Amino acid sequence: MDMVNIKINGVSYDVPADATILEAARTAGIDIPTLCFLKDINQIGACRMCMVEVKGARSLVAACVYPVNDGMEVFTNSPKVQQSRRMTLELLLSVHERKCLTCDRSGNCELQKLCNDMGIEEEERFAGDLPQNITDVSTPYLERNNAKCILCRRCVAACQNQHVSVIGANNRGFDTQIGCAFEAKLNDVSCVACGQCIVSCPTGALREKDNTQEVIDAINDPEKIVIVQTAPAVRAALGEEFGLPIGTNVEGKMAAALRRLGFDKVFDTDFGADMTIMEEATEFIHRVQNGGTLPMITSCSPGWVKFCEHYYPDLLDNLSTCKSPQNMTGALIKTWYAQKEGIDPSKIVSVSVMPCTAKKFEIKRDDENAAGLPDVDISLTTRELAKMIKKAQLNFNRLPDEKFDDSMGVSTGAAVIFGATGGVMEAALRTAADVLTGEPQDSIDYEEVRGTEGIKEAVYKVAGMDVKVAVASGLSNANKILEKIRAGEADYHFVEIMCCPGGCVNGGGQPIVSSTERSFTDVKAARAKALYDQDKAMPLRKSHENPVLKKCYEEFLGEPGSHKAHEILHTTYVKRGY
Amino acid sequence: MQKRISNLPFHDTPEQAGKLDEVIAGLKGQEGAVMPALHQAQEIYGYLPLEVQQKIAKGLNVPLEEVYGVSTFYSQFSLTPKGRNHISVCLGTACYVKGADKVLDRIQQKLGINPEECTEDGAFSLTACRCIGACGLAPVMTVNEDVYGRLVPEDVDGILAKYME
Repeated sequence: MDMVNIKINGVSYDVPADATILEAARTAGIDIPTLCFLKDINQIGACRMCMVEVKGARSLVAACVYPVNDGMEVFTNSPKVQQSRRMTLELLLSVHERKCLTCDRSGNCELQKLCNDMGIEEEERFAGDLPQNITDVSTPYLERNNAKCILCRRCVAACQNQHVSVIGANNRGFDTQIGCAFEAKLNDVSCVACGQCIVSCPTGALREKDNTQEVIDAINDPEKIVIVQTAPAVRAALGEEFGLPIGTNVEGKMAAALRRLGFDKVFDTDFGADMTIMEEATEFIHRVQNGGTLPMITSCSPGWVKFCEHYYPDLLDNLSTCKSPQNMTGALIKTWYAQKEGIDPSKIVSVSVMPCTAKKFEIKRDDENAAGLPDVDISLTTRELAKMIKKAQLNFNRLPDEKFDDSMGVSTGAAVIFGATGGVMEAALRTAADVLTGEPQDSIDYEEVRGTEGIKEAVYKVAGMDVKVAVASGLSNANKILEKIRAGEADYHFVEIMCCPGGCVNGGGQPIVSSTERSFTDVKAARAKALYDQDKAMPLRKSHENPVLKKCYEEFLGEPGSHKAHEILHTTYVKRGY
Repeated sequence: MQKRISNLPFHDTPEQAGKLDEVIAGLKGQEGAVMPALHQAQEIYGYLPLEVQQKIAKGLNVPLEEVYGVSTFYSQFSLTPKGRNHISVCLGTACYVKGADKVLDRIQQKLGINPEECTEDGAFSLTACRCIGACGLAPVMTVNEDVYGRLVPEDVDGILAKYME
């Protein structure tokens, strides 16, 4: 790598020649404040927060986009720089709804932090009118309040990065607002509900639709039996809300917290993930052996499913008909479990905790109601669960480690890796290999489909057949593969697509990691590692070895892919326009 | 001011549609094609309604939101149709201090439309413009190519009557 020498605040550093001033400074341990900057997603130099002084330059320059050159002298802390930062913040505050005490993002708002860091004392120095027509609460999964928007465009870039681009900057000057074309509401455009805009937002302008009160009300209703399930990726991130390092697996404390919150049963979506593998592997084998539509594409990720319905309705036959693990778990809670326990399913309130905002959309889909009732009644994000834990004043970090409840709390290592890109593929291959050869295979680590790369391809020999697979995470990457399939240029047999880059661990419902932290930490990889470590340590690592799942098939569903299994665990899709 | 969006029904003729198809075909695949496409589409239709922007977005393979963002950023793009008679009331400084706002109020009242709107019968559209360089005649308005100066609100009815068939 070519290096150049620059001086930052009088100290000399060797830095890569292609670095920006911001990258060089952060590597050297000197922070420069930013707002619109979001590594790999938004680097547009728009907010003017990162202005620094460069010797010889006519004016201050934006460090996030300004390249270094040999001999450059940078000052990140001069009076001129300090004054510029303060002025930028004061101007942002002039059009900002300053309701920090009651704001969802209080405590992890990047604007709030900078105001504190820079010692802004007079928040109303330039106070003026607030923009009008500012909220969008049309969807069942997210809310926008532009009175808290600082027009950094990180959400716009995140949406573009997902190949969706339904939001952008409209109008001009003081009237500029982030919204949809022709001022449509988000629910009326082809938004896929992924929530990547929310986790990109530095302030409280975007948040999920909060359903926590409905859950609390259900728990407090003596007539209701409230059963919760948690997705694999939640345990890899929930701890961040309580100050634990990124990548800490808090499965035990989470189970303990859920019990103390008053849930009657604490189940694991991993059980449904194992179920998904049984059904999906069976469906895949059936398609291969009977000339069904190939490649078969996974259907666990509701953001991806919605994307397919909007943008690739011609490929809906390629989608597996399997419900997602969330809805398989929900469906079995209200059918098999209710029957077994003699519970009236209409008394059950089925709650899920998901790393995802699209799950709030998924539970309202048609054909997701095996017992004639919604498979899942309320879906919370990881962040909402953290809120409930805080509201109940549980000291999360001091809770004991507990286990999920028996029955649908039992799962395998194959299920826990569902939370990372490549995990579903690997889990399916583990089972397909055993089923097709008729004997347990020793090699179960499918390294080629692991890792945070956007597109991964591999060919595996399964029972004498070459199975060509592809794994994509993030819809831009998915789009590349889908274009190939649409053009008939792809000869894959099986494709895994996850809506969010890196898979569910990086979902739109996960704890929000600041832009600065994201500059240093590969959040996707750190959270995924927690799941792969858990998989490695588990006694059972193949879905078909799950003893409770076997029992469920024996006493209730019959064979995987049976008529009953289809009624309860499979679903249908609709063509949506865009 | 936020751009006004017309809620009048969109009328398209085969000639107009054909011209827009040609424009899009000529710009397809080019970098920065949205601006010239919008420009020429406005020449064809007089304004840029949803249907036209959708066609541009699909044709150029860019998100509709991007097209809309551009069309609302630049002031020369209009999202409302022009009437058969187009009224501009100058709200530049000189006209304003001489009471142009009251003249504008009167027109709005009379026609039942706001600036950047068009009457339902398509007879009049209205805009509030910046200085047109006739400050000596302040307050001033134009109807099509005709200029009317030294106005008082009471003049409005008579002027509009001339253009009502």
